[in-house]
Amino acid sequence: MSLPLRVLYCHCAYANVVPKAVKEDVLRQLTESGVAFDAVPDLCELSAKKDPCLAELAGGGPVKIVACYPRAVKWLFSAAGTPLPTDGIEVLNMRTETADAIAQNLLGRAAPEVTS
Amino acid sequence: MIPLPNATRPTTGSGAFRVVVFEGTGSRPLEPTTRRELVTALLQKGHAVTVVRSGSAASAITGGTLVVLGRFTDAQPERAEGNGGAVAIHFRDIESAPAARAAEMVDEIRNELQLPKPGGWKPWFPVIDYDRCTNCMQCLSFCLFDVYGVSADKKIQVQNQNKCKTDCPACSRVCPEVAILFPKYRHGPINGDVVSSDDVRREVMKVDISALLGGDIYQALRDRSAKSKSRFAKERDEDRALEERQKCLVKLGEKLDIPAEVFASLPSIDEIRAKADAAAARAAAALSGN
Ligand code: SF4
Ligand code: SF4
Repeated sequence: MSLPLRVLYCHCAYANVVPKAVKEDVLRQLTESGVAFDAVPDLCELSAKKDPCLAELAGGGPVKIVACYPRAVKWLFSAAGTPLPTDGIEVLNMRTETADAIAQNLLGRAAPEVTS
Repeated sequence: MIPLPNATRPTTGSGAFRVVVFEGTGSRPLEPTTRRELVTALLQKGHAVTVVRSGSAASAITGGTLVVLGRFTDAQPERAEGNGGAVAIHFRDIESAPAARAAEMVDEIRNELQLPKPGGWKPWFPVIDYDRCTNCMQCLSFCLFDVYGVSADKKIQVQNQNKCKTDCPACSRVCPEVAILFPKYRHGPINGDVVSSDDVRREVMKVDISALLGGDIYQALRDRSAKSKSRFAKERDEDRALEERQKCLVKLGEKLDIPAEVFASLPSIDEIRAKADAAAARAAAALSGN
């Protein structure tokens, strides 16, 4: 039986390398979409601390990871001793892509309007 | 008790602390805006969050401490166990709690359990891309702060992430293979961007320490120390010696994008000498087995 696709969102705290507007808009669209997902405050911090939840996030089948450069994400997981599987991983880069392009990829539809 | 997703796998002995915003069977869904505010508040407090909704998947939770927030249709016990006792579950009803209050409830549980607070340190440290690394040990020899080490199988490793100097990417500039990343660095390819052949060729990626300091960095610092000492003896010109060292460091700092604070915390020349000898010995031992 194939495992269902999951979404993992990184909020990239402690630095402004991911544009604030992009990460906030991706999170808004995710939370308003009605899909289940995992969100972490900062993958870098979890990697440095070798947080056990990385193993749970890396395992369990295909996942779309919304964070930064794929090479950075790959080696951050590896550095924590929980390497990502070679198949079924897609990294969406909030440093280079727009929030709408990421939401379209994750949710497969046009972005909804801001509701607050 | 409400059915938690995937909590039936064998335990991995995980010690994670995670928050579940539960909107599956037995808990009424949150309004989209409330959900956004709640997830944002939890992330800002440094908590990993899993939003559980019927019909789509989130990660398995196999061990550790779980705080489950929901608008439960039936009363839930304050505490329970899952996954054969591997998961300690704390339920909190957030029916009448605004996002900030719900996030506080989570903090209260963490404090009660005396678990460490997240945050307080900008996670700045080198990450090695082993697809590129050739195990040459230059980073080990270069870093003055004991960030690098050698594994039991003689591979270079980042061993002391928290000793890395915040915002200093210097070791990535001495790596001849562009194999050292700092994910929170401003520019590519050090931030993890794709490495082009131009990057590898470009002079800035292969900063030649010899050109900057006229030889091996430690030798150069030793020479300068010796020169300074003889000058102190002959001329007692401490200011001039200091000025010369500062000039050299400013030049190095500009080239390598090293923050001034790093220079302020450099070890003494004697410590540098001892570290250089120790690093050279470790590198030589590792390389001899390659
Ligand atoms: S993995 Fe990337 S997006 Fe996440 S915290 Fe680190 S630098 Fe930021
Ligand atoms: S300097 Fe670069 S290639 Fe050499 S051991 Fe360090 S990371 Fe690997």
